[in-house]
Amino acid sequence: MTTIQPKVDAPVTDELALVQAAKGGDVEAFEDLVRRYDRNVFRIAQHITQNREDAEDVVQDAFLKAYSNLHQFQGQSKFYTWLVRIAVNEALMRLRRRRPERMVSLDEEVKTEEDSLPREVADWSPNPEQQYNQAELREILTKTIQGLPASFRTVFVLRDVEGLSTEETAEALDLSIPAVKSRLLRARLQLRERLSRFFQRREATNGKQKPETGDTNQ
Amino acid sequence: MKCAEFLNELTNYLDGAIDERTKAELEDHLAWCHNCYVVCDTTKKTIEIYRDSQLYELPEDLRTRLRTAIVSKCHAHKKSGPERV
Repeated sequence: MTTIQPKVDAPVTDELALVQAAKGGDVEAFEDLVRRYDRNVFRIAQHITQNREDAEDVVQDAFLKAYSNLHQFQGQSKFYTWLVRIAVNEALMRLRRRRPERMVSLDEEVKTEEDSLPREVADWSPNPEQQYNQAELREILTKTIQGLPASFRTVFVLRDVEGLSTEETAEALDLSIPAVKSRLLRARLQLRERLSRFFQRREATNGKQKPETGDTNQ
Repeated sequence: MKCAEFLNELTNYLDGAIDERTKAELEDHLAWCHNCYVVCDTTKKTIEIYRDSQLYELPEDLRTRLRTAIVSKCHAHKKSGPERV
């Protein structure tokens, strides 16, 4: 079985030059950095906050905060990792504000009923994309990832959707590398388990399951 | 190797972050344990389907609006000086 291939990194050759120019007050250079990463920041923010308005605010506030604190960026990490760290903190702050009744922390070890060995071990249909249309598939994927605890969801999104390395994810989330690996494993297994309910190979294909709703266990 | 040990190494295996000896042990296990083979295969598909899903794409009009707002705030910040933010 082949391994997962990481996403190709955005070119960083001129990135430090852009950061240096922006530090010197060149707003156009900073705008180039915004263009480079706004889609990623929006996606991360929406995955964490699960709210479109909050995600829009996170994009604005994270970039503005980055701009006004550029003097603190020492260039020891990638600019993108530094920016993601700011964006994640902004997103978590909004999530806590919207859901004050729930504990939202990246440090917390979340135990869930799905931490045991996998239960759904049926193979999937060769191609889930053919089993469901695009809108149905998107709904299944959205509901499924929304059901994960925030600490698992965030690690999965940074590592597997955005393609940050384990080390970069640890740095962006201020977690240890073993903590990132442990959360990533559990996030991947939980998502797999939940998706299996939709995608497993069926003898009779006339009974599609409808996506579940409101399956949250934070 | 037991299934639980295999699962513990699953993330490292899928990420290619293991030494050759452990990799060979894991693949020995996969060769005879159908359940672990299916879990490994569908976990890999889970990662790929999310990575390729394009969930939460930023629409172009919203993108332009957000960027304009950010740039305008950066200009305001530049005029007012760093101590004001």
